[in-house]
Amino acid sequence: MPLDEASVAHIARLARIAITAEERERLARELSAILKWVEQLNEVATDGVEAMTGAAQLMPRPRPDEVTDGGIAEQVLANAPHATEGFFVVPKVVE
Amino acid sequence: MSAPTDLSLAAARDLLAAGKLSSRELVEAHIEAMEKHRALNAFITETPERALAMAAASDRRLRAGEGGRLEGIPLAVKDLFCTAGVQTTAASRILEGFRPFYESTVTAKLFQEGAALLGKTNLDEFAMGSSNLASAFGPAVSPWRARGDDRARVPGGSSGGSAVAVAARMAPAAIGTDTGGSIRQPAAFTGLVGMKPSYGRCSRWGIVAFASSLDQAGPMARSVADAAILLTAMAGHDGKDSTSADLPVPDFEADLDGGAGGLTIGIPAQYRVDGMPAEIETLWQRGMDWLRQQGARVAEIDLPHTRYALPAYYIVAPAEASSNLARYDGVRYGLRVEADDLTVMYERTRAAGFGSEVKRRVLIGTYVLSAGYYDAYYLKAQKVRTLIADDFRRAFEQVDAILTPTAPSPAFTADAPPGDPVAMYLNDVFTVPASLAGLPACQVPAGLSAEGLPLGLQLIGRPFDEATVLRLARALEEAAAFTARPEGW
Repeated sequence: MPLDEASVAHIARLARIAITAEERERLARELSAILKWVEQLNEVATDGVEAMTGAAQLMPRPRPDEVTDGGIAEQVLANAPHATEGFFVVPKVVE
Repeated sequence: MSAPTDLSLAAARDLLAAGKLSSRELVEAHIEAMEKHRALNAFITETPERALAMAAASDRRLRAGEGGRLEGIPLAVKDLFCTAGVQTTAASRILEGFRPFYESTVTAKLFQEGAALLGKTNLDEFAMGSSNLASAFGPAVSPWRARGDDRARVPGGSSGGSAVAVAARMAPAAIGTDTGGSIRQPAAFTGLVGMKPSYGRCSRWGIVAFASSLDQAGPMARSVADAAILLTAMAGHDGKDSTSADLPVPDFEADLDGGAGGLTIGIPAQYRVDGMPAEIETLWQRGMDWLRQQGARVAEIDLPHTRYALPAYYIVAPAEASSNLARYDGVRYGLRVEADDLTVMYERTRAAGFGSEVKRRVLIGTYVLSAGYYDAYYLKAQKVRTLIADDFRRAFEQVDAILTPTAPSPAFTADAPPGDPVAMYLNDVFTVPASLAGLPACQVPAGLSAEGLPLGLQLIGRPFDEATVLRLARALEEAAAFTARPEGW
């Protein structure tokens, strides 16, 4: 199904990516072409086929539920663009 | 003795252990080559001081008769592996300047075995690409040129910088990651051996995530033996990755020379795609003859859903990517574009930080996961993925390994890449099926195109049967006797 510019704007909003009007026009074209191409999957009969959710061949073995890490707040915050007094700082969310 | 930069990893290791070469000499020679070939843009970050410090420690251990499997060997590492204290970018503006405090499991294992870090190599942003043209730090350039044609060639991608580093003798070997062909295709374009192990063979912990059900780390080297040595050191169970396989890791180097005798090799008719150059068909035929001459039986097999692998991949991988890349929000690390409103800050940060291919894939992924479209696209693709994996399962009841071409063409020029996204995606037509099924697959350089560019063949094996894949790769390597080197760059 071709994507119109309004749908592209909606998806971009969901993905939290700002796009310009010019990008919206180009992306509508490119994404529609990609979707048209992947829609050849509709030729394949998949009734009763189970969905493959991963490629792991083995069940992981259970392990003890223990804390193995922690106490590294400084390291966690070190790469933050804005941090203060042990917190990440973001624009005000609640008035 | 050959120049240190011409030594294979195996030869360098043996000379180091015998005290005939120091790690310092070896590392210095490669640092010099890196400085000389900066125009190829193989590295995003060079770490010469760290390499020399690691070499000094290795030389001390070697003099004491100690040391690991890779003691004193310098390596190049794709800039998708987190390296403690060293900038890790995934070739994206959104991670520029990010310095992790932790080491990925794979690089930690390599360093424990004595390897030295030369630097972090270039890639397509977030490993999304087949050309290296999609790096925020400029494209890596292949050292290969077509005969009588000076135009720059792409090294392939996404592990293109690792491929360039090894092909141009700036590193004896490198590591990359492969989601749909990102080790195998660049190795094919640059005349290297490149192996994607079984899903779960190497830990994904500390690797910047692209598509978590597909991503695998693997070696890139100038010989099968070197790739086997690296894989032995990289592989193994890791409690920090719940999908890593709790299986013993064989010494892959020990079992290489078993030959092809008694093994059956499958040839999938469906890999004869429209428009494939005749020289690739010829090379494939030659590969079958080589394995036959070494005692293998060659049998036609049927993988009926092959043509649906690529479209299924281009739903599954972007869906996982859109979820994985949600973490780049300008709050915890990386780029931030300030705004008064939190959502606007997210939107501007991601708009400024992601390149166009990454945006395309995140948007496609968001769409196929969104309400109303999930079943039609994502669930459908997952079901097709099951059918593709079933095709392989049935084939492996009759054969021990599968032989195919690695890429549908030799390296294209950087100034005339495939024109639209879908045409670019077709580069991975032969590598994606094994990725979807989680199977081990190895690219072996097998010849040159008419214009003098490398071409390769791919061997695909049963889950966790890397040993057979590598043994057959070794047999192919011996028969192909690929000795061409890039010249004139």
